[in-house]
Amino acid sequence: MNMSKKEYAEYVKNLEPASPHLKNFIKAFLIGGAICILGQILLNMYMSFGLDRDNASAAVSITLIGLSALLTGFGIYDKIAKHAGAGTLVPITGFANSIVSEALEFKSEGYILGMCANMFKLAGPVLVMGISASIFYGIILLFL
Amino acid sequence: MEFLRAFLVGGLLCGIGQILIDRTKLTPARILTGYVVTGVILSAIGLYGPIADFAGAGASVPLTGFGHLLAKGVKKAVEAEGFLGVFKGGITASAAGISASVLFGLLVSVIFKTHEK
Amino acid sequence: MKGKETVFFKNAPKILGTGCIVGKNESDGPLAEYFDERITDGRYGEKTWEQAESKFHNTALEFALKKAGITANELGCILGGDLLNQCVAASFAWRDSGIPFIGLYGACSTFVEGLALAGQFVDASSFPTAAVSVSSHFCTAERQYRNPLAYGGQRPPTAQRTVTGAGCAIVGKSDKDAPEIKCATFGCVTDSGISDANNMGAAMAPAAYETLSTHFKNTNTVPSDYDLIATGDLGEVGRKILIDLLSRDGISLGDEYIDCGCEMFDIKRQDMHSGASGCACAATVFSGYIMHGLLKKRWKKVLLAGTGSLQSPLTVQQKETIPGVCHAVVIEV
Repeated sequence: MNMSKKEYAEYVKNLEPASPHLKNFIKAFLIGGAICILGQILLNMYMSFGLDRDNASAAVSITLIGLSALLTGFGIYDKIAKHAGAGTLVPITGFANSIVSEALEFKSEGYILGMCANMFKLAGPVLVMGISASIFYGIILLFL
Repeated sequence: MEFLRAFLVGGLLCGIGQILIDRTKLTPARILTGYVVTGVILSAIGLYGPIADFAGAGASVPLTGFGHLLAKGVKKAVEAEGFLGVFKGGITASAAGISASVLFGLLVSVIFKTHEK
Repeated sequence: MKGKETVFFKNAPKILGTGCIVGKNESDGPLAEYFDERITDGRYGEKTWEQAESKFHNTALEFALKKAGITANELGCILGGDLLNQCVAASFAWRDSGIPFIGLYGACSTFVEGLALAGQFVDASSFPTAAVSVSSHFCTAERQYRNPLAYGGQRPPTAQRTVTGAGCAIVGKSDKDAPEIKCATFGCVTDSGISDANNMGAAMAPAAYETLSTHFKNTNTVPSDYDLIATGDLGEVGRKILIDLLSRDGISLGDEYIDCGCEMFDIKRQDMHSGASGCACAATVFSGYIMHGLLKKRWKKVLLAGTGSLQSPLTVQQKETIPGVCHAVVIEV
């Protein structure tokens, strides 16, 4: 083959079928937005039960995580995600899906070393980086 | 109106994520960590608070909201407890989400098994 | 004209019988009728996907033995492999079988690699007969190479889907009128710098190009000398690249050329992106569809080129580029 690796990479890029970017964006927007509307409905509901805003927010998270976990268990979440892309990835439901799907997948390797050990394989980095960033922010606050 | 605002802001945050998936070689895990860290930073410089007030669940449900929650928690704890707050604030504020994920993760995976696609 | 990469067989090793088993998506595809067993439950009555994949080997061999008209005791050895770490699907299938097992790994090229080696063993009279059995399973491959099944992810249009199934061929000497393995061209590991594990077709196409070019040169043939040229699992993207690369050298692949990865599914209807991949792709398409055509004399001279992309999940994370390999055999009837 008379092509350098760089030329070949360029060549392949031109041959790759394009993802339908606009369509993907619209689907992600609509489905992600819809999940947020659901969150808003739940938020209003919990606040009407007398919870303050922070606690109502926490209750919304718990509810959405539970819902996502259930849909993941039934094998429905990934079917929606196939279309939604980032629309089901970015909301807290996507975070829950990554945890539940790993736990489910590694059930066959046992509860401790399979399920528990692999649960945070995808979500772990999010927690590690998020918590680290918050600690860093806390240290800065101390000196301000 | 608050539903429309939640829809637009939440949808936009997801749409940006989709652009990152399609246009860059970033893996979903990297995009999500990026979202959380971005949430912490935006909250720290005082930008995410107003967005959250405007969009409600549209700002708290996406993972940037999780970052905002961590940052808000640290800020509150540092103000109240000083140095120890640096370590306690973030996880205290986000405890509900993390605990719920663990609990539902365990429950669902004990009950269900994986489906073939 | 004989190059060192091509081995010519003089004592007519023949393919005495083939067997195959496929999963539900493959059974929904256009080649469904050619497969011996079509299952709807990917667990195949077992507890884990891995156990199911292992059992595929036993089923495929049973069909192949039946068609070859011999018993398992008559087998000199079994050659084979799969995609799992340490090739456990294949090796576990043959525990307690009492048949010598030679484990192979050539990623998705393993079936053709096995056919070539079995041909050599039989040609040299090392074994009277040898079975080649390879498998892959979507559900075991996903968890090893990609994400959990229930994880909500999108796959890019260049991605290919691992075939669930296994294919087996019995190679031996016979006076019967059976397809004969004429020669084999072994390929070199070729790395063209692709690092996207979702574009294996592009990673493998240069290897297929190198092996086919060498093969045509060593055998002094051109594509039109064959009734059928089949590559393993280049998919839509890799197929396009191979055709283009060869045409730049003045070698044109025409209607006789197919890619098993493009044939397995109705790509549009089944939403299979760039097509099929996996060890079982070439193995089942050959054992079912191509073998059927050979026996019916629809094709008399077939060039089968298995293509494999040799990355591991670890090397992908380490940002290594993906090397490919391709082995080819000529089968005539």
